[in-house]
Amino acid sequence: MKLFSGIGSVVLTFLAATGRVAAFAGSGLSHCLRPPFYGKQILRQLIEVGFYCLPVVALTTLFSGMVLALQSYTGFARFSAESAVANVVVLSMTRELAPVLAGLMVAGRIGASMAAEIGTMRVTEQIDALSTLSTHPMKYLVVPRIIAGLTMLPILVLIGDIIGVMGGYLVGVYRLGFNAVGYIEQTWNFIETLDVVSGLVKAAVFGFIVTLMGCYHGYMSRGGAQGVGIATTNAVVSSAILILVANYVITESFFSK
Amino acid sequence: MIDKSKIVWRDVHLAFAEKQVLRGINLNVLEGESLVVIGGSGSGKSVLIKSVLGITKPDSGEVIVDSQNIVGCSSHEREAINSKIGMLFQGGALFDSISVWENVAFGLMQTGSARGTTARSRAIEVLGRVGLDKTVADLSPSELSGGMQKRVALARAIIDEPEIIFFDEPTTGLDPIMSDVINQLIISCVRDLGATAVTITHDMRSARTIADKVAMLYQGQIIWHEPVSNLDNPGNDYVDQFVHGRGEGPIQMTIRQ
Repeated sequence: MKLFSGIGSVVLTFLAATGRVAAFAGSGLSHCLRPPFYGKQILRQLIEVGFYCLPVVALTTLFSGMVLALQSYTGFARFSAESAVANVVVLSMTRELAPVLAGLMVAGRIGASMAAEIGTMRVTEQIDALSTLSTHPMKYLVVPRIIAGLTMLPILVLIGDIIGVMGGYLVGVYRLGFNAVGYIEQTWNFIETLDVVSGLVKAAVFGFIVTLMGCYHGYMSRGGAQGVGIATTNAVVSSAILILVANYVITESFFSK
Repeated sequence: MIDKSKIVWRDVHLAFAEKQVLRGINLNVLEGESLVVIGGSGSGKSVLIKSVLGITKPDSGEVIVDSQNIVGCSSHEREAINSKIGMLFQGGALFDSISVWENVAFGLMQTGSARGTTARSRAIEVLGRVGLDKTVADLSPSELSGGMQKRVALARAIIDEPEIIFFDEPTTGLDPIMSDVINQLIISCVRDLGATAVTITHDMRSARTIADKVAMLYQGQIIWHEPVSNLDNPGNDYVDQFVHGRGEGPIQMTIRQ
């Protein structure tokens, strides 16, 4: 009996948390469509997500592309398919690696800082102060971040796609001895619009997830420095898990036959 | 002249989860009056004023401002009510991502009543009123001392010349001289604006300086509400113990052995 009540309690807690996140997401999205809009805040967040995350995304995708070329070359050599390296690199980068790695890196870089900043504002009563100064905290704090996540992550992933393919090219041409023109031609001929589009859709969804989790956990944080620390950890962990789950769901909807 | 109530709490109940914080509050503040609310830590004093600002919502009862019950009012009505109110938060609650003058003029800029250089010069003028010169205007709040931060927060609370001002422990954490400076500033600001003021404090010296009337909150109820002149002979053992800071008396502190 105790076991059942324990399981029931966990299920109810999970459902309640899911409901709270869904209500928060609904409220955030509905405020995205209704004025007033805080242009300065939106610009600040666009720079924060788009510009400050670029180095980490660029480095991650560059080295992933390089490793992928090297691994697939040595692996494919077992059944004489070394010539497929360019195809594997471009397909893996655009469909999977660039969006997932960028999403996870942005979760660590931005999701954590959003949760910490908003969480600190919560525990120091700055969010209450916003309400008393005729400013809706959702519009001022959450909407700019969600807009930045939704728009900037696809741009980061597009750049990451190009840099990742370039990483594969560098290893393929200068380390493995592929013909430079042949490598680029093979990449270009193999890639399809759907490969890139599916990656960009994933990026937008991941951007939404990261900013939503950062804002939600920060907004709901309680109890001083420890509460802010917990909010930051929860934001990163929940973003990472949701990104991986959403990745499977989106892949299934795009490519299942 | 008929005394007109500016704020009335009528049978207000409020609980957080299992904890009943307010248990039938009945209290009124007359227009132009300065009321000080005293009571132990965690007795619900801050919750009382937050119920007027819409930050916490009573479970039952009425909160009346200018003859209008504001419990459950629309967001539009809430904005109109909050525009009449200035609030000095316990820790100042200054926004640390913007400069001092932007903090002070934040409400003006959000409502559109002043922008750019007009807002800046208005902020500098009000900073002058609280004894700060214009050299602090471009500093970040974190560069100021505790006392200066309290003054900036006071300037932010009064810049829009509100009809009602709430002060949440305005002298907590300040030295006795700075406390007196803040008390005098509160008196002069309230007098100059002709505002109705509600102050929460544990500081009896502060209460004697600021108050026209004093109310004591104990176990979620107002147990005493009289002119400040009766504070030394309150005729109530609870108030007498609290005012004189005695360990012995009807108020028992729970200390775990």
